[in-house]
Amino acid sequence: MQRLLRHRLLWPFAALVLLLAVNAAFNPGFWQLQWRDGHLYGSVIDILNRAAPLALVAIGMTLVIATRGIDISVGAVVAISAAVVALMIGGELVVKNGVQTHVTRFPMSVAIVAALAVAALCGLWNGLLVAKVGMQPIIATLILMVAGRGIAQLLTGGQIITVYYAPFFFLGNGFLLGLPFAVFIAAAVWGAVHLLLTRTALGLFIQSIGINPAASRVAGVHERLITVCVYVFCAFAAGVAGLVISSNVKSADGNNAGVLMELDAILAVTLGGTALTGGRFSLAGSVLGALIIQTLTSTIYSIGVPPEVNMVVKAAVVFVVMLLQSAEFRAALRTVLVRPSPGAAP
Amino acid sequence: MASSVVLEARGLTRRFTGVLALSGVDFRLLAGEVHALMGQNGAGKSTLIKVLTGVHPADAGELRLNGTVIEPQSAADAQRLGISTVYQEVNLCPNLSVAENIFAGRYPRRRASGLWRIDWKRIETDARALLARLHLDIDVSRLLASYPVAVQQLVAIARALSVEAKVLILDEPTSSLDEREVARLFVVLRQLRDQGMAILFVTHFLAQTYAIADRITVLRNGELVGEYLKAELPPAALITAMVGRELSAAAGRNVHASEIEGPAVLEARAIGRRGQLDPVDVALGRGEIVGVGGLLGSGRTELARLLFGLDRSDSGELWMDKAPVRFDSPSQAIRHGLAMCPEERKHDGIVAELSVRENIALALQARMGIWKFLPPARQHAIAERFVQALGIKTADLDTPVAMLSGGNQQKVVLARWLAIEPRVMILDEPTRGIDVAAKQEVMNEILALARSGLAVLFISSEMDEVVRVADRIVVMRDRRKVGELPGDSSEQAVYHLIASDT
Repeated sequence: MQRLLRHRLLWPFAALVLLLAVNAAFNPGFWQLQWRDGHLYGSVIDILNRAAPLALVAIGMTLVIATRGIDISVGAVVAISAAVVALMIGGELVVKNGVQTHVTRFPMSVAIVAALAVAALCGLWNGLLVAKVGMQPIIATLILMVAGRGIAQLLTGGQIITVYYAPFFFLGNGFLLGLPFAVFIAAAVWGAVHLLLTRTALGLFIQSIGINPAASRVAGVHERLITVCVYVFCAFAAGVAGLVISSNVKSADGNNAGVLMELDAILAVTLGGTALTGGRFSLAGSVLGALIIQTLTSTIYSIGVPPEVNMVVKAAVVFVVMLLQSAEFRAALRTVLVRPSPGAAP
Repeated sequence: MASSVVLEARGLTRRFTGVLALSGVDFRLLAGEVHALMGQNGAGKSTLIKVLTGVHPADAGELRLNGTVIEPQSAADAQRLGISTVYQEVNLCPNLSVAENIFAGRYPRRRASGLWRIDWKRIETDARALLARLHLDIDVSRLLASYPVAVQQLVAIARALSVEAKVLILDEPTSSLDEREVARLFVVLRQLRDQGMAILFVTHFLAQTYAIADRITVLRNGELVGEYLKAELPPAALITAMVGRELSAAAGRNVHASEIEGPAVLEARAIGRRGQLDPVDVALGRGEIVGVGGLLGSGRTELARLLFGLDRSDSGELWMDKAPVRFDSPSQAIRHGLAMCPEERKHDGIVAELSVRENIALALQARMGIWKFLPPARQHAIAERFVQALGIKTADLDTPVAMLSGGNQQKVVLARWLAIEPRVMILDEPTRGIDVAAKQEVMNEILALARSGLAVLFISSEMDEVVRVADRIVVMRDRRKVGELPGDSSEQAVYHLIASDT
């Protein structure tokens, strides 16, 4: 019990449970699941599906933050990846000899690989600026945050590019074993990263770099190489999220895809208990954080908060969760709530 | 001198998560004296200072300043009462100017006619005047970071003096100063003492205690051992009081240069880096301890960094076993069997929030690479072995290394390198800031390492350590090598060489 109470994911988990309870109270059908055409439908499933892209971005962001960095270009990378894949697939419905067929500009696999490669290239740019040039991460990634959205708009010609190729829609709308396919993508990336962190020395090195880069270098850790790789992975994860998002909306919008996603991702990481100062981190916490944010968004809609104030409500909830995470605040709260018994040993 | 008690503590007790850090300690500080507080790491010196300065409240006991009971709630509070503190690590802002640092938080304002603007002119003149009291004449408008640590330390003292202090507490102010600077600091301290200031001085250097202190208070395991007049407590008795047992003198070297066979394991030929180190020749043989003698800033650390690939040399070459090598990064040096305990333990050594186990496994894991992972159980076994061998005191292997005392942290760094079974070990100030007993243990460890065939480059500010363990002494001054002395040379001989041929 003691161990459970001290568990670092306790507070984020409690926040999520509370949010779900609020949802259920306002919306009696919240927990209801329906089985239709071999798919599960329901509010919870919807939250899972919508949280998947954010969870992907947050997983990448966690590793960057663990190395004491930050990547505020992920929203732009989402837009770039979406633009590349939409542009390369394009697609139209052609009736040939009375049979409807989908025609794409490039094969879908090529388009997906290209989009992810471009995303990874964005990460390489960030990583080199941070690790080799020695720029502060927030400034280094600010460059791509601004330029990236420009690139995405350039690619799409300032238009929303619509994709007409049904197989592509599976990424963001498809179902596997009754669950949204996007959830499987996020789970797969999480699982792969988790294995990499626990079965190789990567986790140790990332933490060590985040806590003390100078000492890590002296100890022989390839701190620059690892830092670059972490930024590449973060952008790659954002690229995957871009694929899921563009598939979900069947289009790419250079102007609006992934807008403010970097902030939500940073928020998810922080909600999950990873400090922005680097070092110890929690992947599971970040995924929880992403779920909290998505649940919160759904809650705000379902309990009918007027759209004008929903950002304020969101901020207030985030504020409370952050306070609960602070050990100092909890200690202060305890001294207010629990009257100290006189003569007790401090 | 008829002196009155300025600061008096009775029965101070302080607990940290159940551990008694201070237990009923009495302490008094008189006006016009320099009072040395001595004790090993973990004896409670830091805790006592933190209680005196309001950083930690006492759990029991009372504190009187000039006879009035005080309960400082914070360092700022204590400072208002007239208790100023200078900490071991310089607690200033390197990105502010010297003058700004001295007056930060209490900038003098102009009058209403000047729109209450900050009076920069006065800040600079006052700062200059304060530093003049410390015989320091520097440009106070330059950034603090542009001055060496020693100067920063004096600036910290100037800041402490700038408030009307009755009590000045100095927590290891000399740990990064060279002899000349220490002497200068002592002149200032004596001057302040003669003006009636009560000074509490914490240090690990016995010689400095005897040079400056009037009285000595010794703590051990959070308890008061006693308060002595300096004249009544010879050094041997002081060490016994601190350690709680008789300490045998460290074993000297018994390997002579003639017994060292074979070619040099590591040889630097005219290795140098412009602006940091003039070309230097150094050779390390198997089982040999080469000491580096020189004052702070003589190029000792620069030499160590070049050899280990932390900086790139722009002249000369390195040879290992008759083959040229080149290290562009520490990881390359490590792959060739080099290891290095860096000078700044906190900055370059320990990874504070990682556990003892992870800290010990780090270099070995880094050499094995990412893919060949040492599973936690293996890490545990390796760490366990060195915790035993080096006598590292830690609650368990999963304790964050930051929770350990300085001496034990240093042993963890040493263990990290022993785990890779190196052939060459570079030790830059391995005994800095650790207590007498730990120092002795680290030194014994170094001797044992050399006996087992390791080549050791030993850098230390404490010349007596260098002459005691080294087979040969490379003497450095002003970023170049000025000569080499045999191992049985006296300290005087080393200083003579440093001082000669200028």
